[in-house]
Amino acid sequence: MQLNINGKPTEVGDDMKMPLLWALRDIAGLKGTKFGCGIAACGACTVHIDGEPVRSCQMPIGEVEGEVTTIEAMGTTDNLSILQQAWIDEQVPQCGYCQSGQLMAASALLRDNPKPNDADINEAMTNLCRCGTYPRIRAAIKLAAAKMEA
Amino acid sequence: MGIAKIARRTFLIGATAIAGGLAVGYYYVRKPYPNPLEGDLAKGEVTFNPYVKIAADNTITIITPRADMGQGVQTTLAAMVAEELDVALDQIEIEHGPAGWAYYNAAMLEDGGPFPFLDESFIAEASRSAMQPIAKLLGIQATGGSSSIKDGYDKMRQSGCAARHLLVAAAALEFNVAAKSLKTENGSVTNPTSGKSLTYGELAARAATLEPPLKLVLREKSDWKLLGKSQKRADIPAKVTGQPIFGIDVDLPDMVYGTVKICPRFGASAISYRDKAAFAVPGVQSIIPLETPAGKGFGIIADNTWAAFKGAEALEVEWGKASYPEDDDGIYALFDDALATTPDYTMRDDGETETLFADAPREAVLSAEYSVPWLAHTCMEPMNATAQWKDGVLDIWSPNQSPTLIQMTAASLVDVPAGDVNIHTTNLGGGFGRRLEVDFTLYAVEMAKHTKGKPIKVTWTREEDVRHDTYRPAAKYKLQALTKKGAVPTALDIRAASPSIIKSLMARTFPLLSPAGPDRTMADGLFDQPYDIENYRVAMSRVDVDIPVGFWRSVGYSHNAWAHECFLDEIAEKSELDPLALRLELAKNYPAALGVLNKVAEMSNWQNTKFATGSKRGRGLAMSLSFGTWVAEVVQVAATDEGIVIENVWCATDIGTALDPKNIETQMMSGIIFGLSAAMGQEITFKDGMVEQGNFDDYDAMRMAQCPNIDVEVLQTYHKMGGAGEPGTPPAAPALTNAIYAATGKRIRKLPLSGEVDFA
Repeated sequence: MQLNINGKPTEVGDDMKMPLLWALRDIAGLKGTKFGCGIAACGACTVHIDGEPVRSCQMPIGEVEGEVTTIEAMGTTDNLSILQQAWIDEQVPQCGYCQSGQLMAASALLRDNPKPNDADINEAMTNLCRCGTYPRIRAAIKLAAAKMEA
Repeated sequence: MGIAKIARRTFLIGATAIAGGLAVGYYYVRKPYPNPLEGDLAKGEVTFNPYVKIAADNTITIITPRADMGQGVQTTLAAMVAEELDVALDQIEIEHGPAGWAYYNAAMLEDGGPFPFLDESFIAEASRSAMQPIAKLLGIQATGGSSSIKDGYDKMRQSGCAARHLLVAAAALEFNVAAKSLKTENGSVTNPTSGKSLTYGELAARAATLEPPLKLVLREKSDWKLLGKSQKRADIPAKVTGQPIFGIDVDLPDMVYGTVKICPRFGASAISYRDKAAFAVPGVQSIIPLETPAGKGFGIIADNTWAAFKGAEALEVEWGKASYPEDDDGIYALFDDALATTPDYTMRDDGETETLFADAPREAVLSAEYSVPWLAHTCMEPMNATAQWKDGVLDIWSPNQSPTLIQMTAASLVDVPAGDVNIHTTNLGGGFGRRLEVDFTLYAVEMAKHTKGKPIKVTWTREEDVRHDTYRPAAKYKLQALTKKGAVPTALDIRAASPSIIKSLMARTFPLLSPAGPDRTMADGLFDQPYDIENYRVAMSRVDVDIPVGFWRSVGYSHNAWAHECFLDEIAEKSELDPLALRLELAKNYPAALGVLNKVAEMSNWQNTKFATGSKRGRGLAMSLSFGTWVAEVVQVAATDEGIVIENVWCATDIGTALDPKNIETQMMSGIIFGLSAAMGQEITFKDGMVEQGNFDDYDAMRMAQCPNIDVEVLQTYHKMGGAGEPGTPPAAPALTNAIYAATGKRIRKLPLSGEVDFA
């Protein structure tokens, strides 16, 4: 089966029950999306489906309707998105493992709400980070919001 | 940390014998181990020592042989070399490099001796310096014990200095002038008289043929261009663009996938199993019985990770019984028994504690019992490793903190010399001590014996990760103090019971060696704190229970500091002293302790903050000295209808010399959040001999909405350099617990706090 991933039709195998996470990682070879829990509790696997944040570890490929976007489509080191640049400016990541998911959650938040306040950020940013980068994630979201407005 | 202890137990006698006051860096640069880079140079590339490679096109590579698990250490280590080499950080490439004995960690071992950090007596210092050649002898390359910066500080600067010296000497020959007349900057050597300039790349080949200098003169701090200043971390761009840098991202031609299903009762194994349903899962290729000192069970090999997970789930196994009590009641009874019998080790016994308490008036004695649970590490990246066993060579890709230990143990599994085992250390999605262990790598090696030369990536489920950890030990405490109104206590008597990490680690890593003597980690945070109390006793009982325990961020300090600092809060109350005033008096002979206490008081406005009655707000204070770094923290909470809200944390730390202040601040925040997370709600419990928790739904950590404002200030007054990765953790839990008491009047003596209060 093929899914539309990052603007391209992409082969994801034929096990309809396979979570999108593993189809992305093991079959499509897109490893930016991370495995953290397998029960949609940590958000490390967050991708967008038609722009909405989805925890891909609990989304069987057979149920995916719409275009899938992963961290690989957000920007590259030579061509960073405003959000990624804000993450660098604030030196957000530590181990970095959860950050793909954090960035995907944050970009969905900013699309819906270009000027989120602390309560909005708390509500949208439920992804787990074991290194404790939360204060800088919050700062980077605010920085990106300010830059996007400018 | 673990390896330090092993080395100490095994080689202490030898260490004393060869204590010779070696100047490590000098010895290192002149008479190194074989340089592990020599066998693996690209065309046109030369190496000067194990830390520096320079190619003809002026590509300068600095090897930073410590794991990146988020602590930013690779950038600071590279800056040490770059500072002396005279190159900018954006001019260099940074690589972790191979496993190599040359990359031994001496600092980690120095702190392994049974001496408190504060003890600078001849014997304690001799023991520390004795550890340096031992570390070299053992060649243990490890990332842990908050030791990387301390360890690298001299030898990495010296490596950069030695390489620059050779490059200048080569330029002197090229220009036919005296070396002294030349200048270096940004990777070039210039002759100021002629204006001629050659890049390091142009000089490297000739420089490498010259003899290294006998004497190295390092730059004065006042001349530093990079060190002492906050740098942009080199690892971050890859981490915001989703690049495949972690162990779990390894992808190799013809790779197969796997997972493990290990006996959920520690030390036990399968009695019988049925694999029909597992083989019915599409994509499952084979099922391999696994038997290692770390655990027994099965490896499932499949076409992809998901198929391996489903196969493992479908594999029906009847597991054997555990050797330890099957539930918490039985397990904790062992701790109570241990506390009721004669202690195994007395780590400190100043004054006449025994007689004083026997004669003391009841009303002056304050007694309390504390207890802490087992904890899992739950690194964001579940345990995994990739191995390929082909043509007599074993290649391992592993997110690990201990490459040479893995090399040694893996070599014995396939029966080849360690030199035929190549360790590729990837980035780590969290470590926290868990990835010092070899188990997850060895399972991959065992499974690689069954894949006909194909590489296999073995990924654990989160449930497997939580249920087969090497846990932070549980512990129980009995404390008593002899108090006096308006004054510091005259006596403090601490009894603690916990399993020994060293004993557990040795059993699963080196089953043939048996450790002797006290395990210092059991007493860290109890016996070595900067408090003077006339009569001060700390006695330990070792609880022998076959639940694997290991190094969890800040190790013994993580739980001992909690009991110690919470009990000080009780002492302050009974003595009618402010908790800050009590500590200032107890620590009056330790200027660095007074410095962080006064600084955190100033930051939080401790003395002048009085909450209105009924505001249900409170503050708690705690201090701890761990891994050479002094940390005081104040936590402020509010008791709301939704539960306890942690509003603010103030942290003052004295690290001696701060090579990258911003990164140290970040590490402190990280340590604080790690400590608060555990104190709030983490707990591993047992039922039927098995761990009850399995994932983030029943073993969670702090989330964004719960994260307080955190202010950190970094001081640099102490004369020795401390570590950064762990010391932020120990004071967090007691400061929180003391704050909850101040806000609610509830004195909680058992972790996690969620047993008695809810958090919003």
